[in-house]
Amino acid sequence: MWKFFHKLASPPHFYQFAGKVVPWFAFTAIACIGYGGYAGLFVAPADYQQGDAFRIIYVHVPAAYLSMMGYSIMAISAGIGLIWRIKLSHAVTAAAAPLGAWFTFLALATGSIWGKPMWGTWWEWGDPRLTSELLLLFLYIGYMALRASIDDIAKADKASAVLALVGAVNVPIIHYSVEWWSSLHQGPTLVREGGPGMVSDMLYPLLAMILGFTFLFGALLLGRVRTEVLFRERRAKWVREMLLDDGGTT
Amino acid sequence: MMEVLSMGGYGSFVWSAYGLTIIVLAVCIIGGRMGHTKTINDVRRRIRTMEVKS
Repeated sequence: MWKFFHKLASPPHFYQFAGKVVPWFAFTAIACIGYGGYAGLFVAPADYQQGDAFRIIYVHVPAAYLSMMGYSIMAISAGIGLIWRIKLSHAVTAAAAPLGAWFTFLALATGSIWGKPMWGTWWEWGDPRLTSELLLLFLYIGYMALRASIDDIAKADKASAVLALVGAVNVPIIHYSVEWWSSLHQGPTLVREGGPGMVSDMLYPLLAMILGFTFLFGALLLGRVRTEVLFRERRAKWVREMLLDDGGTT
Repeated sequence: MMEVLSMGGYGSFVWSAYGLTIIVLAVCIIGGRMGHTKTINDVRRRIRTMEVKS
C-alpha cells in the first residue's frame, strides 16, 4: 500500500496513472449525473413546502459540498508539501484552486437563485453560511493571486501553501455555521440523527448527483494536476522522451 | 411539456440554475483540456528549439 503511494508521488508515474484513471472517472460522472439530473428534474416529487423550486438542490448541494472538499484537498496537499516537501503535493494544491473557485461560485450562484423565491432575497449579508462561503471564494482567489504574483515556483509553492493552510479554518465554520448561529439555511438534511430527512425518490437522485459531481471533480482535478506536472517537469528527461516519441496522444 | 418548463411557477429559477451549472462545468472541462493541450505544445516547442540550438 505504502509502496503504491510512494510510487504515485513520482511525477512520471503519476502522469501515466492519472491519464488512465481520468476516463473511468469521467464515465462514472456522466452516468451518475445523467441519472441524478433526470430523476431530480422529472421523477422526484415536488416538495410540499418549496414546490418544484427545491429541484435546485440537485446542483446546489453537490457544488457546495465540493467547494469545501476542494479547499480541504488544497489544505491537506499544501500541508504535505510543506512538511514532506513532495513536489506533487504542491501541483495538486495549485491545480485544485481554480476548480474549487468555480464550484464555490456555482454554489453561491445557484444558492442565490434558490434563495430569491424561497427567502424573497438574492443575498442576505447577515447569514453566516452565505458570508463564510463568500469568504471561501475570496480565499481561492487570494491563493491564485498570490501564486500568480511570485515568479519562482518553489517560493510561490511555499507562500501559497501557508495561505491555503491558514484559510482551512473557514471550512468547518461553513459546515457548522447553520448549527452555531441562526441562519436562513436549513439544518443538515443528509447526515443527521435518525437518518436523512428526505424520501427515497428525492434522496437517491441527490446521492447520485453528489457522487457524479465528485467523480467529475476528481477527473477535472487529475487532468489539471497532469498539466501542472507537465509544466513543472518540462526540463525532465521523461517529458522530453514522452513528447518527442508519441504523436500528441499525451 | 409546458408543465415541465414552468416547474410549478419556478421554471425561470430552476432552469437558470441548471443552465448556469452546465455552463460552469463546460468551462471547467474545456478550460482544462485547452490548458493541457497548450502546455503540451509549449513544452514540445521548447524542447525542439533547444535541440536545434544544440
